[in-house]
Amino acid sequence: MEQLKTIGRELAMGSQGGFGQSKEFLDLVKSIGEARSKAEEDRIVLHEIETLKKRLSEPDIPKRKMKEYLIRLVYVEMLGHDASFAYIHAVKMTHDDNLLLKRTGYLAVTLFLSDDHDLIILIVNTIQKDLRSDNYLVVCAALNAVCKLINDETIPAVLPQVVELLGHSKDAVRKKAIMALHRFYQKSSSAVSHLLTNFRKRLCDNDPGVMGATLCPLFDLITIDANPYKDLIVSFVSILKQVAERRLPKSYDYHSMPAPFIQIRLLKILALLGRDDKQASEKMYTVVGDIFRKCDSSSNIGNAILYECICCVSSIFPNPKLLESATEVISRFLKSDSHNLRYMGIDALSRLIKISPEIAEQHQLAVIDCLEDPDDTLKRKTFELLYKMTKSSNVEVIVDRMIDYMICINDNHYKTYIASRCVELAEQFAPSNHWFIQTMNKVFEHAGDLVNVKVAHNLMRLIAEGFGEDDDTADSQLRSSAVESYLGIIGEPKLPSVFLQVICWVLGEYGTADGKYSASYITGKLCDVAEAYSNDETVKAYAITAIMKIYAFEISAGRKVDMLPECQSLVEELSAAHSTDLQQRAYELQAVIGLDARVVESIMPSDASCEDIEVDKDLSFLDNYVRLAIEKGAQPYIPESERSGMLNVSTFRGQDQHEASTHGLRFEAYELPKAPIPAKVVPIASSTELVPVPEPSYSREIPQAAPVSSVSDVGSSGLKLHLDGVQKKWGRPTYSSTPPSTSNSTSQKTVNGVSQDGRSTANSKARDSYDSKRTQVEINPEKQKLAASLFGGSSKTERKQSSANHKVAKASSQAAEPSQVSNTTVVASVGTNLQPPPDLLDFSEPTVTTSAPLLDPFKQLEGLLDSNAAVASTANHGGGNASKEPDIMSLYADMPLSGHSSSTENTISTHGDDANLMSGFSNAARIDHGGPTVEHSTQQLSKGPNPKDSLEKDALVRQMGVNPSSQNPNLFRDLLG
Amino acid sequence: MIRAVMVINTQGKPRLAKFYDIQAVEKQRELIRNVYGVLCSRAENVSNFIEAESFFGPDSRIVYKHFATLYFVFVFDSSENELAMLDLIQVFVETLDKCFKNVCELDMVFNYSKMHTVLDEIILGGQVLETNSTEVMKAVEEISRLETASNAISLVPKSVSSWRSR
Repeated sequence: MEQLKTIGRELAMGSQGGFGQSKEFLDLVKSIGEARSKAEEDRIVLHEIETLKKRLSEPDIPKRKMKEYLIRLVYVEMLGHDASFAYIHAVKMTHDDNLLLKRTGYLAVTLFLSDDHDLIILIVNTIQKDLRSDNYLVVCAALNAVCKLINDETIPAVLPQVVELLGHSKDAVRKKAIMALHRFYQKSSSAVSHLLTNFRKRLCDNDPGVMGATLCPLFDLITIDANPYKDLIVSFVSILKQVAERRLPKSYDYHSMPAPFIQIRLLKILALLGRDDKQASEKMYTVVGDIFRKCDSSSNIGNAILYECICCVSSIFPNPKLLESATEVISRFLKSDSHNLRYMGIDALSRLIKISPEIAEQHQLAVIDCLEDPDDTLKRKTFELLYKMTKSSNVEVIVDRMIDYMICINDNHYKTYIASRCVELAEQFAPSNHWFIQTMNKVFEHAGDLVNVKVAHNLMRLIAEGFGEDDDTADSQLRSSAVESYLGIIGEPKLPSVFLQVICWVLGEYGTADGKYSASYITGKLCDVAEAYSNDETVKAYAITAIMKIYAFEISAGRKVDMLPECQSLVEELSAAHSTDLQQRAYELQAVIGLDARVVESIMPSDASCEDIEVDKDLSFLDNYVRLAIEKGAQPYIPESERSGMLNVSTFRGQDQHEASTHGLRFEAYELPKAPIPAKVVPIASSTELVPVPEPSYSREIPQAAPVSSVSDVGSSGLKLHLDGVQKKWGRPTYSSTPPSTSNSTSQKTVNGVSQDGRSTANSKARDSYDSKRTQVEINPEKQKLAASLFGGSSKTERKQSSANHKVAKASSQAAEPSQVSNTTVVASVGTNLQPPPDLLDFSEPTVTTSAPLLDPFKQLEGLLDSNAAVASTANHGGGNASKEPDIMSLYADMPLSGHSSSTENTISTHGDDANLMSGFSNAARIDHGGPTVEHSTQQLSKGPNPKDSLEKDALVRQMGVNPSSQNPNLFRDLLG
Repeated sequence: MIRAVMVINTQGKPRLAKFYDIQAVEKQRELIRNVYGVLCSRAENVSNFIEAESFFGPDSRIVYKHFATLYFVFVFDSSENELAMLDLIQVFVETLDKCFKNVCELDMVFNYSKMHTVLDEIILGGQVLETNSTEVMKAVEEISRLETASNAISLVPKSVSSWRSR
């Protein structure tokens, strides 16, 4: 045993170059490796901390010992324990002259300290000194520390030296200096804004490594604002060209690809520079096309470059040839067995469908495979893709899939995310109201309290308002189906609170509306809810209010109300509740029940939750009462301004109003609370009866017709229905934009009428295509069924013909007369069909032939839009697409007839400008490591397993208890493959 | 930008952790635990990518690679390419392999500072600095040569030499 330990120590020392750790450290590692539980590990580490504390407090610690203590402390802190007592020792060690100690000190401080730590001030001086050192390794160590430790306050202290180092003779130093400067820029852009030209200068560095490092800060700068760097496009393109043509020294090859990381960076930069810039993009086409052709797709890194090319192509101004190559690569990715490649393929696809939506169709089966893959990451990426390609024709399938997935995961973060996605898609594309309600039910049931409360309010409002189709029976059908589904669900245990609130509200409002269920049945259910969730006050409040509504409706319908015993006990319980809100609701209920039908009718009108509450600020309904009182001899009210006796008060207020607020009494009323609850409400027809209500304070509450807003306490203000600003994408599109109190309802309605027309046609169209799909579905196997429903198989033929005109067709389908317009587009594309097939994808050739016939449908479209200006402004999809129209046209018109050849010439001519840069690269002859290193590395790579060595190590490993389960003695064999 | 580099063994013990954003010690520990929790629930033969938004905040992802008893984990944002990061892990491991001749977990435990030296040559301040393992090796070797040189002159104390000759 003891012997083995010694071997282990020697081995560890041997591989480390003769400077090993002490037995104590080995013992620590060993005991932690053997620890069976977290608690045991913590105990060991705490013990170690105690030991180290004691040791560090000893005087005259030898430096070598100190170094080891620090390494041990770093280790301890990595395990998650505080080692702050030793920070000062690490700082001291950075002052040492010995390189090894200095580096250890720097390592420790960079791991220990944050950039705003108090001790930093003690290091800045050392860093300044080290940056000036003759030994470049010291400079490098200091630059490493600079990147981590310097914050915006200390930047000025080291900035001059770092800038100076940009011209250092060693390329390693220049590289790190650039990185340090980049870091400064990230921390405080203003401090280094005058130095940004340095990055441009370093782009022309003789050493390709330094040039590559410069791309990092440039990428950041271009991400923020691309415009000042447009002039560099030519240089970037030529650098990329040279790299791709293997003009760099061999030492930059990685897995036989020339400088792949530099290529990737450059492609990212070009993608940013070419975004929405046709002219800039044209300069890039050739080089990107070259890389597509040259790239080796068998290696991982080659695929990384190809993926980056696709990202670039999808970002810059579209070029048909490049899109074609991108599509090819994507299909290769998607067909691959590697999950990684399929993941990248899905990601690339979701980027590309923004430009050419039709390519998703070719890969439908692959996408479905990815969706059914056990790999969560891949699945989520695929959902992301599906989200982007959702249309009203496939929304049902996609949302169903999402919900199924949502049910089976536990990760709350992602559950919330996907639930919000479901809601968003459902609101945007729901094919029918019934489906929408069902979907929302499912989302609530399974994601429950993770869903935003707003969503619940939207749902309630939707049920209340109906869907904008003036068909009342449809609305009431919808309501009764909602009631029915909720009565089914309500018995299930542990429903989320938000969902219960919706259920209670809907049952209260519409539970008895269709006469199918008796009031006592519904109130019974509501009592059960209040009882089952007795510690959720909000739910109880919703339940009691719902009960009150149901009784109110009963009374106003002239039926006799018998309160259920459990209801009675609930009311009693709540009137003694701690929450004043619940108490108030309970008292309100009791008060309402005691009133006669006419009063109840006016304070609680049925199905009036959407009526506007009008505020009568003059309190005119009190006039009668006032008159009576005056007749009985009461003093009339004198308005403040007319009061003579109070003159001094008013003058006092008039003179120094602002002073009055600072000292003395305040005479003006407190500001009105912000809550949008109107104090008095108009639906009260006969005011005289109202006044004698025993508790006047309730009269303020009771008349509120909108039950949602009767959640009036301040605490639950978040639960209120926010009528303005709420996103509402279907149903009556204009409602949300009008604040509830304004009364411009006439204009609103006309707008609604117009927009409804547009919507319903679109709707019916969507439904048609869905139905036709269903029939096709039954013939095919399950997967194709899914594919068809996802990718809209029925429209396939039309799509293929008009692939180039896809956007046009889409826009037209939203317009009021889809058939006419799409007919013309088909004609147009038939015209192009006469040409050889590849031209279908090529935008450049058919410009002349297609543009003429295409003009017609747009003229028509424009005409339509003019007449229906309201449609464009309110129905957002129609308007949005229509406004895109000029873009599409310019896409056809601006395309150069010979895009390719001209851009090639461009780059060739610009090539001359960068000749010195190019020669710079070839001049950087790395004599010391060119061929030899490559051989060396291949030798290293091909060194086979060394069984003896490995077995020894393995034995040691087992001995140390570091990885007892290890079975593969040659641990990194897979690396060599 | 690369946010963090971690090496965790299959039992969840961290072997190397470097955060390029500043994180409190407790937070670091929690993050390592979270990452390990996700890693050990991953099946074989799935992709090497994980979304990490739930614990590293928005726009963050993880690429990991499993070697023998160790997970190598890189956390980064959308400005990096997943496949390229996978290769960066490869570069890191290749370099370690060259550095320690058939690297194993034990090497990492005992050569903690050297691991950091290697990593610092590859990634600096969250940006990729060098991707050629030969180049990295050269830099690392030069550092250790100078270190031992300065060491031999100034401070190999008696205790060490006597201990070594034992």
